[in-house]
Amino acid sequence: MNLLVRGSAIVPEGRAFEPPLIAVREVDKVYSSGAETVRALDRVSFEIQEGELVAIMGPSGSGKSTMMNLLGALDVPTTGSILLNGNDVGKLSPDALADLRNRSIGFVFQQFNLLPRTSALRQVMLPLSYARPRPADPELQARMRLEQVGLGNRLCHHPQQLSGGQQQRVAIARALVNNPKLLLADEPTGALDSKTSADIMGLICELNRQGITIVVVTHDADVARYARRRILFGDGAIVADIRLPS
Amino acid sequence: MRSVDCLRAAVTAIATNFLRTVLTTLGIIIGVGSVIVMMAVGAGARSEVERQIANLGTNLLVVNPSARLFGGRSSGAGSNLPLSEDDVHAIETKVPGVQALSGQLWASATVVYGNANFWTRIWGVHAHYLFARSWSIDSGREITEQDVAGARRVALVGLTVAKKLFGDNDPVGEVFRIRNVPFTVVGTLTPKGQTSFGHDHDDAIFVPMTTARAQLIGKHPLVPDQVGSISVKFQEGTNLLDAQEEIEQVMRQSRRVPPGDDDTFVVGNPIESMKARTAAQTTLGWLLAATAAISLIVGGIGIMNIMLVSVTERTREIGLRMAVGARRFDIMLQFLIEATTLCVLGGLIGIVLGVGAAFVTAGIADWPILIPPQTIILALAAAAVVGILFGFLPARRAALLSPIDALRSE
Repeated sequence: MNLLVRGSAIVPEGRAFEPPLIAVREVDKVYSSGAETVRALDRVSFEIQEGELVAIMGPSGSGKSTMMNLLGALDVPTTGSILLNGNDVGKLSPDALADLRNRSIGFVFQQFNLLPRTSALRQVMLPLSYARPRPADPELQARMRLEQVGLGNRLCHHPQQLSGGQQQRVAIARALVNNPKLLLADEPTGALDSKTSADIMGLICELNRQGITIVVVTHDADVARYARRRILFGDGAIVADIRLPS
Repeated sequence: MRSVDCLRAAVTAIATNFLRTVLTTLGIIIGVGSVIVMMAVGAGARSEVERQIANLGTNLLVVNPSARLFGGRSSGAGSNLPLSEDDVHAIETKVPGVQALSGQLWASATVVYGNANFWTRIWGVHAHYLFARSWSIDSGREITEQDVAGARRVALVGLTVAKKLFGDNDPVGEVFRIRNVPFTVVGTLTPKGQTSFGHDHDDAIFVPMTTARAQLIGKHPLVPDQVGSISVKFQEGTNLLDAQEEIEQVMRQSRRVPPGDDDTFVVGNPIESMKARTAAQTTLGWLLAATAAISLIVGGIGIMNIMLVSVTERTREIGLRMAVGARRFDIMLQFLIEATTLCVLGGLIGIVLGVGAAFVTAGIADWPILIPPQTIILALAAAAVVGILFGFLPARRAALLSPIDALRSE
């Protein structure tokens, strides 16, 4: 099969025999509202290996947000397949997708999406409360993750008592708490000043060095700078897939 | 997601908009409050009737002298001449189906035993009084025909009197004084308890009718052998309406009421008059039941409305929860629990207000009320059911949101 050959051709050296963490194959995504149909993605294929730090870039309307939703198992492709850690996303029920997100994916959003009037500790415990089976000591795990992102002394603070950078750190701790394979960050620094942005991107790079696969969706070249691989979207298709040498 | 987590989320959401929450649950509060008052009044009325039946038996009629009319105005109960021994005799011999009967004449007096003294009610009665009133002795003996014939100074004491006067000692055989006249206790009575209007049946002393007339009441100038009122107990299966007419005919003869004149006496059925009195309570009960049902439905719609608002306001939160792994059922459960918590909270407030309102009603209308524990449970269950029923639609709407749309909403 031509696809497989093409897939293995872009595998970085030294990992040729490991299956990719993410395999996107011939994916179309078509939105239809009434008589009008919009082709948001058009025959997109790529793979991401475990441990990569990838920036997905492109102007608005390029399809990068749609791609992000598909990678996050929040949506399913119209045609084609997306294999996430071996699971074909398109063949899963809504509940199975929820379980997959819970187990394998951590989300970081531009607007943090923290719950109001909820302590940092409870925010981070949220994904654990949906985990099946229930983890043994959710509070301890949440505390460890908050310490990992440097907020060990802010456990009981509510979002309105935290700065933007601290809120994003809480969100990152929440994304990490279920030990996901993949961290998906959608414009993670979009609501932060440049100094805080650098801190957050530093944290994300550090997490990547510890082995977690990270996909950052951004239109900001400064943010993309942190990634050695950059996939550029335009008009629903991949325009360029750039790898920089380490 | 565990229900504890759901409950925590629900409480947080409710506390966020506390005033809105209380206003929203007003219908539930009124509904549950009405349920409480309804049940309290209904149960009170029922228990009152049952108590009366247990205390008096079902086949009892009571004859009293009626109020005399002066120019159409009543001059008060009993203002006609008192009933007499002749009347007792006439009923006993001429009315069919009589099982037992007794006159009853009363006076209040201070009774003294040793250092103890006590203000109580003294009843002069005939030999079969206890049987006629479905009462019985606890120890000792009853008042006999001989006691009455001989006007003996013997007495039966109720439980309250026995305790106040004699303490833990056995009263039987003891001598005490009523208005300085010495009486010997020959028996004690089984407890009958209190009426719901606070009258204590056991706070009473019974002496022979003749003794009471001679020693305690004093002679009536026109009717030396007055008997107060007459209790008549009929055999099981007697038609009390027929019996009432029989008594009326016999009494008109005995009291020589000229044909065409009004009766100078009344024949009453204590159970029937009690039922008539509680009928008003029953009517109020139905009214309250209707109020409760309407309030709970309106309250439920209010809950549904506010939950729909809540789902819209918190769409992003729902999206986030879905993103981190909430299944549809988790979201559904969360909003169902929130709606139910809201209703149960309103229910609790309603219970407090309802219990208060029940006591106020009892005070104003002088009605007995009773709040059985099941009432509280039923009221809370009603509130919870409303929460689940009316919370279902909003919860379903939340659960069926698409994660992307929910996350993207502002």
